[in-house]
Formats: sequence, C-alpha cells, structure tokens
Amino acid sequence: MALFIVQLLTGLANAMFLFLVASGLSLIFGVTRIVNFAHGSFYMLAAYLASSLAAALPLGPASFYAAVVLAPLGVALLGGLIEVCLLRRIYRAPELYQVLLTFAVVLVIGDAVKFFWGTENRTGPSPPGLSGSVPILGQLFPTYDLAILLLGPLLALGLWWVLHRTRWGILIRAATSDREMVGALGVNQAWLFTGVFVLGTWLAGLAGALQMPRVALTTVMDSTVIVETFVVVVIGGMGSAFGALLGAVLIGVLQAFGILWLPREFQLAIIFILMAAVLILRPWGLLGRPETESGTAGEALRREVGGRLRPPRWVWAGILLALMVLPSLLPTFYVWVLVEILAFALFAGSLQLLVGTGGMLSFGHAAYFGLGAYGAALLMKQAALPMPVAFLLAPLVAAAAALFFGAFCVRLSGVYFAMLTLAFAQIAFAVVHQWYDFTGGDNGILGVWPAASLAAPVRYYYLALLAAVCGLSALWRVTGSPFGYTLRAARDHPRRCQAVGVNVRSHRLLAFGVAGFFAGLGGAVFAFAKGSVFPDYLSMPMSVQSLVMVLLGGIHALAGAPVGAAVYKLLDIVITKYTGYWQAVLGGILVFLVVAFPHGLVGFVQARWARMRASLG
Amino acid sequence: MLDVIDLDAYYGLSHILFGVCLRAARGEVVALLGRNGAGKSTTLKAIMGLVPPAAGRVIFRGEDITGKPPHVICRKGIGFVPEDRRIFPDLTVWENLEVGRSVEGNGERRWTAERAFELFPALKELARRRSDSLSGGEQQMLAIARTLMGNPDLLLLDEPSEGLAPLVVRTMAEHILRLKQAGITILLSEQNLHFATRVSDRAYILEKGRIQYEGGMAELSANAEVRRRYLMV
Amino acid sequence: MVEGPLLEVRDVWKAFGGVQAVAGVSLRLPRGEVRALIGPNGAGKTTLLNLLTGQLACDGGVVLFKGDRISGLPPERIWRRGISRTFQITATFASLTVLENVQVAILSHQGRSRDLLSRTGRLAREAALDFLKRVGLQDQAEKMCATLSFGDLKRLELAIALANEPELLVLDEPTAGMAPQERLDLMALAVQIVRDRAVTVLFTEHDMDVVFAAAERIMVMHQGRVIAEGTPQSVREDPQVQAIYLGGLC
Repeated sequence: MALFIVQLLTGLANAMFLFLVASGLSLIFGVTRIVNFAHGSFYMLAAYLASSLAAALPLGPASFYAAVVLAPLGVALLGGLIEVCLLRRIYRAPELYQVLLTFAVVLVIGDAVKFFWGTENRTGPSPPGLSGSVPILGQLFPTYDLAILLLGPLLALGLWWVLHRTRWGILIRAATSDREMVGALGVNQAWLFTGVFVLGTWLAGLAGALQMPRVALTTVMDSTVIVETFVVVVIGGMGSAFGALLGAVLIGVLQAFGILWLPREFQLAIIFILMAAVLILRPWGLLGRPETESGTAGEALRREVGGRLRPPRWVWAGILLALMVLPSLLPTFYVWVLVEILAFALFAGSLQLLVGTGGMLSFGHAAYFGLGAYGAALLMKQAALPMPVAFLLAPLVAAAAALFFGAFCVRLSGVYFAMLTLAFAQIAFAVVHQWYDFTGGDNGILGVWPAASLAAPVRYYYLALLAAVCGLSALWRVTGSPFGYTLRAARDHPRRCQAVGVNVRSHRLLAFGVAGFFAGLGGAVFAFAKGSVFPDYLSMPMSVQSLVMVLLGGIHALAGAPVGAAVYKLLDIVITKYTGYWQAVLGGILVFLVVAFPHGLVGFVQARWARMRASLG
Repeated sequence: MLDVIDLDAYYGLSHILFGVCLRAARGEVVALLGRNGAGKSTTLKAIMGLVPPAAGRVIFRGEDITGKPPHVICRKGIGFVPEDRRIFPDLTVWENLEVGRSVEGNGERRWTAERAFELFPALKELARRRSDSLSGGEQQMLAIARTLMGNPDLLLLDEPSEGLAPLVVRTMAEHILRLKQAGITILLSEQNLHFATRVSDRAYILEKGRIQYEGGMAELSANAEVRRRYLMV
Repeated sequence: MVEGPLLEVRDVWKAFGGVQAVAGVSLRLPRGEVRALIGPNGAGKTTLLNLLTGQLACDGGVVLFKGDRISGLPPERIWRRGISRTFQITATFASLTVLENVQVAILSHQGRSRDLLSRTGRLAREAALDFLKRVGLQDQAEKMCATLSFGDLKRLELAIALANEPELLVLDEPTAGMAPQERLDLMALAVQIVRDRAVTVLFTEHDMDVVFAAAERIMVMHQGRVIAEGTPQSVREDPQVQAIYLGGLC
C-alpha cells in the first residue's frame, strides 16, 4: 500500500513536468496552428542552462533558485526571437515546411548543446534545502518531488487564471477557435502569436529547469520529452490546456506503475495501448475538438510545378550503365558509400510515395527502415535463416509493422498524422533499445555479414544495385498505377475522392504498407553493408534524414529520392570532414531549403524545364 | 464617411465583385440588397480587409484603407458583424465582449459591457454563460454587442435578420434604429426587403456582383418594377 | 406494381452545436425528375445534401435509395449505390490532368483503384474521353487541372460526377461563381445530359434564372424545414415563400 502511494506520487510528480511541456505545445498549436517540434529542445536547453547558471551565479544556495527562474526566461526570449525571425514567415506555408523548419531548430539547438556542454551526461546540482527525503508511510520520498507536487497545481491554477481571468488569456482562447475573427475585432495577431510562443516556450523551459536536479541531463532529452509530449497531447487533445493536464496525469501515473509491475520491455506498450484506445474512440483526443475540413500535407502541395519531367530512356540507361561500371573503378571505401546511397535511395523513395504521392507527412519513417535492418539481423541471428532468405524476408517484417502502426495513423491527417508516426517510431525505437535479451539493446547486433558468396564489396554492391533498381522501379510503377493516381487524388481532395467511391483510409493504409516494405528493403541492404544494426537506425534523426533527402530531391518526383539521397550522403561525407556539428549544418540547410527551394532540386529543374519548353513553343 | 470605388474581388478562382461603387454618409443606414450569392457578403468582407480587393479603392473618412489588414481597419473605426456571427463558442458572453473591447483610448471611450447590456438587456442575464448555449437571436445580439465594444463609427452588418424568428427580427430592427440614433453609420446587407425598408434610409441592389440600382428606400418601395426584377417581390 | 420513389427521405434531423440545421425534412423524389432545392443562406440546403450523400451522419431519420436504407453509410459506399454529387466549392484533383481526373473516378467505379501494377495511361481512356466530350472538354483533356478556367472546372466536376453512371445526381450550386450566361449554358448542358440517360437530379442553386430554367419541381427550405414544394409556378406564387424567402417578413 505504501509503495502504491509513493509510486502514485512519483507518477504525479512526473506528470507535472509533462503537463508543463504539453500545455505549452498545445497553447502554441491552438493559436498558431504550428506543431513545434523544437518544443523539447527548449526544455533541454533550459535544463542545461539552469545547471550552468546554478553553478556560476555567486548567490550561494540561492543560485539554484535564481537559475530555475532565469533559465526559462532566457529560453522564452530565444523562443520569441525564433518566432519573430523564422516562424512568422511561414504561418501561411504548407505544414510540411512549418514542421521542417521547427525541425531545423531541433537540430541546431541539439548541436549547440553538444558544443557548449559536451556529449557526456551531466547531473544537475541538488536543490538546497530540498535535497533530502521525507518518510511517507514508511517509504522514503524525495523532498524535491514533494515540492514539485505542491508547485504543479499552483502552476496549473496560475495558467488557468491567465487564460480565464486576463484579457490576454481571453484573446488566446478566442484566437484558438477563430483567429480571423479576432483580427477583425481589432487585435493584432502578430503580437498575439509572439506572446503565445514566448509563453509556451517559457512553460517548456520551466519544466526543463525544474527537472534539472531530478534527472541526468543528456543530449537526447529533447527527443525523449517531445515524444512523450506528443503522446500526451494526442491523448488529451491538441489545443486544450486541460487536455494536456489530463493526458499528463494519465501518462505519468501509468509510467510510474509500469516501472513497478511490467518488465522493462513492455513499459512502453502500456502507453501505446492507452494511446491506441483513445485514438480509436476519439481520434481528436479526450478533450480536443474534431478537426474541421482537415488538411493533409498535400493541401498546399497542389500547386504542382509546371510540366512533368520525363527524361528520355537513354538517360536512365546511361545512369544504370555508369552504376554498373563505376564500382570496378572506385576504391573500396567509395563502393561502400555507393551501397549506402542505394540503401538510402530506397528509404527516401518509399517515403516519397507517402509524403509526395500520398500527402501523408510521416515523421517516423526510420522505424520501417530500422525494422527492415533488425528483421534481417534477427532472422539471421535468432531464427538462423540463411542470409539471402533473411534479406528477402526483412522487408515483410517492416511492411507488417507499417500496416499495424499505419492502421492507427491513417485515422488522422496532417500534423496529427505526423505526430503519431513519430510517436510510433519512437516506441519502436525504445522497444529495440531496451529489449536486451532479444535485440541486444544499445549494443546492437553485430556480425550481420552477407553470405560468403556475396561478401566481396563489388558483389554486395551488385546485390544492393539490384535491390535498389527493382525497388525503385516498383515504386515508380505503383506511382503510375491506378492506385498511385487514386492516392494522389486522395491527397488533392480527400472529400472529393471519397465521393467517387474511394475508401481513402484503406488506400492510405495500403500505401503505408508498400512504403514500409521498400523502406525495409533499404534497411536490409544497409544492415548487411554495415555488418551490424543499432537502435539509432530507427531514431528520430534518421527519420529526419529521409525527409531531408526527399525534400532535397523534390517531393513531387520519385526521381528526386535517389538524387536527394546521393546529394545528402556526399554532403555528409564532405561536411563531417570539416566539422563534428553536422546536424547544425543540416539544420541550416533545411532552413535554406524551406525558404529558397520549396520545390526541391528536381522540382526546381522541372520548373526550369517547363519554362524552357514553353519558351520554345 | 465610406466611399467604395470600382471594387473588384475574387474568392479563390471565382470572380465575385465587378466594379462595385457605393457610399454611406455619416449617420445613414444603407442597405445592400440582393439575392443569395449576389456578392453582398463579399462586398462587406472586402471593405473590412477580410477578402483582399483585386481592384478599386475603399476610402474611409477620407483615408484610403484598401488592402489594410482587418485589425488596422477595425481600429480606424469600422466594425464588422459577420453573417454566421462567429462568436467564440468556448468563451462566455462577457469574454466575447472583452475580445471586442478596444484598448486604445479612442479619445472618447464610449462602449462598455454595461452599456452593451443596456442596449441588449437579454445578454446581461447570460453574461457568465458559455456563448455556444445561446439561441440564434441571442448570438446575433452578442455578435453586434461584441463589435460595438471596439467603438466603431461605421458598422457593417451582414444579414442581421437571417435565420431569426419573426418576432426576433422585429426586435433586431428596433436595435438597429437605436444604434442609428446613437450616431453610428450602418451598412447592412439584407435579403429581407421588409426588414431593410424598416431600418434603412437608402439602398443599393447588387445582382451577380454588380450594383444594379441605387436610390432612397422610399423610392424603392414605390418602384414595383425594380423590386420585381431584382428581388422578385 | 407501382414503383416507389428513387429517393425517399423520412424525417431527417441534424444539429451543429445548438443550431438545428436540418429539422425534420422528408421528401420523395421520383425517378427521372429534376428538382431544385432553394432557400436563404443557412436554410440547411447543403447540410441536407451532405446527409443524403454521407458526408454527414443524420442525428435522426432515414434516407432510402431504391427502397434500401443508405443513411449511415460512408460516402464511398453511397456512391457505389449510384448516387453521385458535386460540391459547392469546386472539388477536383488539382495535380492531375483533366483526363486523369475522370480516369480516377472511372477506375474507382470499375473497382480497380487498388491495382498496383497496371499503367494508368491507357486504362479507361476512351470512356474518360467520352465523358469529357459530353461536357465539352475533350480539347482540354491533357491540360493540368489547375490551369483550367473556373467554368471549365465546373464542367469537369460534372464529368467526374457522371463517371459511375449515377441514377441520382446531386449538384450543390453547380453554377456558383460563374458569369450569368455561362450559368444558363452549364445548367442547360447538365439537364440535357441527364435527360439523355434518365438520371434523376436534385440541385441547390441561388440563381433563380437557372432554377426556373432547369427545374421541374422546386422545394423551398427555411430554418431547416421544407416550407413549400411544387411546380416553379406554384412556388413562385406561394405567399409563404414570398414572405420568407423571396421578399419580406415582419
């Protein structure tokens, strides 16, 4: 009983942090309609900042508390700057670009934290005066957590007071239901948006700063917290501060008891089951409102550029020939680089089917790439299948997972879809990461080598080339099939598409499965090329990479995917030669791409091509 | 007070307004008549800056306000009450009024919640209620009261009588006349000719995006030919 | 045996929040009739159409098509029963060509929308061109849909809606946003097409010229109810209709 109470209290203390972060995310989304993926980064930054301030301020024991106050303010200021300089430009842009831009901020802040604080885990200072434990029913309970339990409701009450008792709060709530009307009543939306963004980041920052003495500070805090936050808001309902509270308490308490009763591998499953149940019953969350006339990522992608680029056959033949001849002329290192590019081409090409053709903005596509890789490794190591069989079956593992997760995801659209794909990918990541007995946890699985007959670099290269050519032609075929056209029709206008007899959800699910299959094939190619698999194949940065490749190439053309994969990988090789902060550079590239080349490289060429043809008559 | 010159507007791809010209003098109530889809709402929205005018100009008190953002136009003294009212459903009646309140001390601060409740006593009882529980007539009153809180000199009312029960329509007419007495200039769009006749001084008839007729309300009532032709009465 | 109505609506209700958009509408639409549904903005016309074609679910009441209950079915299943529709705000597939727009609809009708391996190019091409010819768009078949003029988009929407050879065609303001003469032309074209194939039509429209030119019977809605129904002449002369819709009140 005592253990039960203490565990409940621990869960509630955790819930307070989740609530602070989630309510900030939810408020920002409610007013600006932007899902701020960088929200977790502000949380992480505030935690690091607070720990440094606490050490540096010359106030004795009061330094800690001064730091807890100052760090969130600093982070909120940064949030305001980012809103004014970056986000303000993209409120009317397609949500794909909004999300990518906030993702760029994730990458830059992530590397900034590594730059200033290093990659070693840090422990924050303990809170003066609150560092001990108090006995509760004979069990020891940290004093600090008790303080948090008292502070949390106060903060929730304060937030309620601001939202319901101040003019500014009333404006925020009004704008959440009808922004345009608020403008017509004389309210300058620009400042309202900035204000909400500052408030939201302050809440995230406060959570981070308060969390500082409780947990180890790590450079993956951002992705951990953002995924939990997504789960909270998906359960509670986007745009509702009370939904955030409800979702946070449910998740916090469930997690606390999960630790107690469930084996480590299955702790996440319980959250997943809760989320799935909520989504089935109320796709818009417990306290959220149903989306009106939902947008898909395709919404604004309709303004397709000019004509369609159809390179003559000899171009393809030439490229293929070059790829056949090249490896015998290249040093071994570059043969492996080419193999990686081929694996990524499959990965990006399959994502292109989802994002470009289907208008489904997936932020967790690495899950299927990674499950393909793990499928191959596990089938060979655990099921003792011969390598070629494992290689061929691996994509099916990925496709099965995609169909399973997809069944939930296709119930949603737009940014909700994106959040859910990311949440599922993160769950898959966590399972792989924690299930030591089966997947080896973060030690990965080693010795995943191709069969002896395929082991020579050039031989394996030809296998990879065969897989990539077959996979990409199949994807191309699917894109041009009645199914592909139907998928595009559903992207362009879901309601119209339903009204010509198409079950949009089931078509999207099929697309999800197909994309999962080919991502899995890419993963299998990658696994045997590296000879090992690691959990980070399923990680969020990996998912972002695939999106960047697709965006680099242009999301409208399948041909863009291999181009994007090649450009990306070569950039990676070149840039990592000069700096260890590749992610920050990638973030910069993303910002540049979103602002300068919204149609990607191939899209850019297509538009030029169309204009050239037009001028030639 | 208001001068609209050769206004053109599009809604997406469809061309809705073709060279609309109209004016409203201080203290006047002007009706914009026409059938559904004639372009009445679009005219009001274009004046308010909610639909960007493609061509033409909107002059308010001698100042060109064409293409300015809605919040700027609102602060210049134009209030807009949309056809579907667009009250904030999650907010209470009082909070809805608060959103409309002008914070800039516009010289003479005139409207307060108390004064709005004097005009619409029914709302006073409901001040703490969530506004989505209001009836259609109450929502319309709230929408007007909310806009008044911004101290407008010119009020744009989009179909104020629409969807209201006959008795409520009658009260609405009285409210509008009282606003006129308070010195507010009003431009209203309307399909209901009797209602418009009761409250307005002058009328324009809009048909398929063009002004087809302009004249005093009394003349229009007398002109059976025009009424039959454009309003089918 | 006397054939029942093609479409029968019995006491259908729908509310949004506190507003009763459709309040107990019943109607019987015999096969082959062209009927207009008119009424002031907010009368519930579009909501009623959305209830018939499954975009919205009824709060109460039933919709029967050829004697079978269709209320509660999703839009795609209702389409497969033979009811097709257009939307008030033009809805086409903007990134496809004009021809492909129609092809998608035909392929769906043929049950081939999950075909992953065929090439779309030649599939159902002749049939699609035939539909385009009927609405006078055959010369624009290869154009990108996004580059069409507004009037042509409306025609295309009609062609898409015809692709399943519907028995009942529901048109929500088919001529909204068009120039006056274009409106009459488009509606005349629609009527001619449906006459050739004995398609039943239910349409909403604001332009009375179009209504009186095309409709055999007219239904008038006000505040979620049907307040009158009859021939154009009788509706025009109905004092209640004049009072509520066409003219005054008070």
